Amino acid sequence: MLETKDILDTINMIDNENLDVRTITMGISLLDCIDDNIDKACDKIYDKICRYGQDLVKTGEDISNEYGIPIINKRIAVTPIGMIAAPCQSKRVVKFAYALDRAAETLGINFIGGYSALVHKGFSAGDYALIESIPEALASTERVCSSVNIGSTKAGINMDAVKKMGYAVKKSAELTADKDCIGAAKLVVFCNAPEDNPFMAGAFHGVGEADCVINVGVSGPGVVRAVLAKEGKGKDISQIAEMIKKTAFKITRMGQLVAQEASKRLCVPFGIVDLSLAPTPAVGDSVAHILEAMGLEVCGCHGTTAALALLNDAVKKGGVMASSHVGGLSGAFIPVTEDAGMIAAARSGALDITKLEAMTAVCSVGLDMIVVPGDTSAEVISAIIADEAAIGMVNSKTTAVRLIPAIGKKAGEELNFGGLLGMGPVMPLRAGSPAEFVNRGGRIPAPLQSLKN
Amino acid sequence: MKAIVTVIGKDEIGILSKVSSACANVHANILEVTQSVLQDVFAMIMLIEIDSSKIMLSEVQKELEKAGNSMGMKVHVMHEDIFNSMHKI
Repeated sequence: MLETKDILDTINMIDNENLDVRTITMGISLLDCIDDNIDKACDKIYDKICRYGQDLVKTGEDISNEYGIPIINKRIAVTPIGMIAAPCQSKRVVKFAYALDRAAETLGINFIGGYSALVHKGFSAGDYALIESIPEALASTERVCSSVNIGSTKAGINMDAVKKMGYAVKKSAELTADKDCIGAAKLVVFCNAPEDNPFMAGAFHGVGEADCVINVGVSGPGVVRAVLAKEGKGKDISQIAEMIKKTAFKITRMGQLVAQEASKRLCVPFGIVDLSLAPTPAVGDSVAHILEAMGLEVCGCHGTTAALALLNDAVKKGGVMASSHVGGLSGAFIPVTEDAGMIAAARSGALDITKLEAMTAVCSVGLDMIVVPGDTSAEVISAIIADEAAIGMVNSKTTAVRLIPAIGKKAGEELNFGGLLGMGPVMPLRAGSPAEFVNRGGRIPAPLQSLKN
Repeated sequence: MKAIVTVIGKDEIGILSKVSSACANVHANILEVTQSVLQDVFAMIMLIEIDSSKIMLSEVQKELEKAGNSMGMKVHVMHEDIFNSMHKI
């Protein structure tokens, strides 16, 4: 029989340390829904998503009950709509967003990802119209999430797209100013976007993927923090890394079990497990608190980047052996408004945008869920996107920007989205205008790192 | 299928008896039992077998949790695979 200690450990992780499977995300290809009549295309999309996803929520709940593991979200990611919109001459690309939203509502899921465009080298037929429609799509739907890939290590950075996305982020916040600018919280700008990421708002179903797949995102910052708090006293850094690895292994094995079970029950191939530490605003579910448990007085002080690098690497090393296929973003997320420790650090001024930017060089994603002053110009947002994309491009990693301009608010005031999106103070940005640089357009050439052949 | 039952709480008379009769009510066969009492805290772990063609795990969970609640004990019933996958390679 199993060891008593192991059994009680697992129960304790679930009961007291917020261990959960964060999301089961079904990826659905919409390539067979392409039609030059936009209304027909929308009908096909709605039908296909509802047909493939009809049992998703129920299956997730069944597995959750049987195994006693909370499965927080059941979601859907689709082929980037920019591609599906290519043959439609209609200017009303936003109709695709309505179709996605309706399908999500029918299935009872809270987010559907894929109102996206991949424009890292240039715009193809549907991409331009899609990007233009993003603010309206996010303001007039509840569940649709959008992402745009504007750069990659192989292609460089599309500065025309960077410029457009600065405006899209600002406009998305403006159109939803009465709802705490939530539109911008559903929009991610990527460099090196993964095609199998199960986490919102950046999930989409890549073109190299099968017709339908199941991807699972695990979580568990609370478990890692608890282990360090309980057993980490007096240990050196090598031992700390070992402890994180062992914990990440256990968490990922649970994710792998859920992924295989979901795949079997839904008769859909298993794609990947994303080994991410995804924080929530709940007490005890914070990545910042893990860094603090390693010995930092507050997240954001000197030493934070090194501690985060260690955490990110140990999570991957522990998780990679626990799963047959690892993918997505995999690492430690640092979304400011979704992490109780980050919120506290940002409020106290210990954590600022420059430190966060440095941290994104070693975490799994990028500048995530950061509230910026409402009067920030579109050019400044574009410049932040360009900075972040440059870090991703040169380091061959995924980086992303999800900024929320708090319309009508200044540094020190707060936005509150509620739920998993959390809350956070407006963080001040650096002075000086990057407008001339951003307005040049063109492309930042791919770095030498891209020439691997 | 096999499930692991854990019963945790303040030690008192009749815990094993109540939980095992609840198991009998739902036709669950008890395969193994281990228990320990540490400073008044009682922890019992049982491995039970359920005939899933006759009864759903969720019904077993409900019955055993009811028995546990009546004594102020915390009862979990979880599929065995979750522990095997997390703690065995």
